[in-house]
Amino acid sequence: MRKVVRVAVVDATRAQMTMNQSKLALFILISLLLMVSFSTFSAVLPQERADVMYHSYEGDGMSIDGPSVLVRKQIGNKVSVSANYYVDMISGASIDVLATASPYEEERTEHSVGVDFLHNKTLMNVNFTSSSENDFEARSVHFGISQDFFGDLTTLSMGYSKGWDEVGKRGDENFFEEAERQQFQFGLTQVLTKNMIVGINFENISDEGYLNNPYRSVRYVDPTADRGYRFETEVYPNTRTSNAAAINLNYYLAYRASIYGEVRVFSDTWGIDANTYKLGYIHTFGDDWILDLRVRQYQQDNADFYQDLFSRSAEFNYRARDKEMSSFKNTSIGLSVTYEYQFSPSSWLKKGTLNYELDHLRFQYDDFRNVLADAPVGEEPLFEFSANVTRLYVSFWY
Amino acid sequence: MNKQLLRYSLSGLLFTSVLLISGCATSIEPWVKPYERDNLADPIMSANRNPVSSSYTMHAFQAREGARGAEGGAGGGCGCN
Repeated sequence: MRKVVRVAVVDATRAQMTMNQSKLALFILISLLLMVSFSTFSAVLPQERADVMYHSYEGDGMSIDGPSVLVRKQIGNKVSVSANYYVDMISGASIDVLATASPYEEERTEHSVGVDFLHNKTLMNVNFTSSSENDFEARSVHFGISQDFFGDLTTLSMGYSKGWDEVGKRGDENFFEEAERQQFQFGLTQVLTKNMIVGINFENISDEGYLNNPYRSVRYVDPTADRGYRFETEVYPNTRTSNAAAINLNYYLAYRASIYGEVRVFSDTWGIDANTYKLGYIHTFGDDWILDLRVRQYQQDNADFYQDLFSRSAEFNYRARDKEMSSFKNTSIGLSVTYEYQFSPSSWLKKGTLNYELDHLRFQYDDFRNVLADAPVGEEPLFEFSANVTRLYVSFWY
Repeated sequence: MNKQLLRYSLSGLLFTSVLLISGCATSIEPWVKPYERDNLADPIMSANRNPVSSSYTMHAFQAREGARGAEGGAGGGCGCN
């Protein structure tokens, strides 16, 4: 009976997704046409700058680090181009790997190029991104448009992205799967007072194809096994549609400081509901130093087809034990320190900054158990871990 | 609960954008004059003042959480599995 219900839910989900997509596509098309024809105020191209960053993630037995370089240059006064080179070097073994496989090392390289056009007083941009690793290829294209209204007090922006993934599997040359993704973005930024800006963002994302991680497994009770359970491949639905909306606020304080906050709600057709809260304070010391302190809280409910322990093999049509599908919360605290240097007026460089950023994250799972612990099946302690995310970078404006 | 909130927020956005695009609200005068925008132009008021760092941070969270989207930055495939 539960299987029948699940199949019906997935069919309804597909129908809903198709309807959502067509409505959004129609809305965006009409809006874009109207927007371009009613454009009356000016927009500006992004600033010319270059950033070189080293990033590092350390947590749950994993180490991921590498460089990221972002360069943006203006061509004439109507066009701005940008390029980004990004690398993730991954090593170690998370709880998922330790439970079912052996530690590994791999590298992901991402390239992206973009062009911004200022045309008929409207700012438009196009971006291409490609990401490559030994078992995964992803390509995507993004179109965006933004327009200022009301003497530049209001900015309306819209975006559309399409992505294509090719999924492989280490040690299985015959494994080849594909997935596609569409994203619709919609944003409104409003200047409320001379010290306050509020922004609202909405995004609809829909996926179709192979959406599993081929290395993740579910576990099920098997009294004949040594440990009392065995692992088998996860099976996810092949469609997913999600909606997210966020509101953020920035407020300027009289002594050149600011506070900012954000609330985001999320819901998808797999049954995941999530909320994110962010609060930060920026303080300046003289003209050269900027300190940013922040806290962030995230909480989600598990996907409908998630279970830490299934009662038998292939118990349901769809099954997951990926901890990103479980119920959990994470809390992070972070700080950023920026030192700013102004170059002489005769130099081709205008300004430079040196930045250090650190966030400490704590993940606590409500229904994902630590199978490495010595305990009866299904009574293992709940899993939790901490991680540090570090960024060190220099930026130059020219 | 979240689905309802999302529905309301999208309706609100659509309503506001229709007002903007149709020009219905053009009779309202901008209430913050250009010469009053020094504070707003300060980099500490920018939600995305360091794109290279904010897109990485967004990716670091998105790879470990079920939620995705509405982060405010320009989109693109995250390329994460």
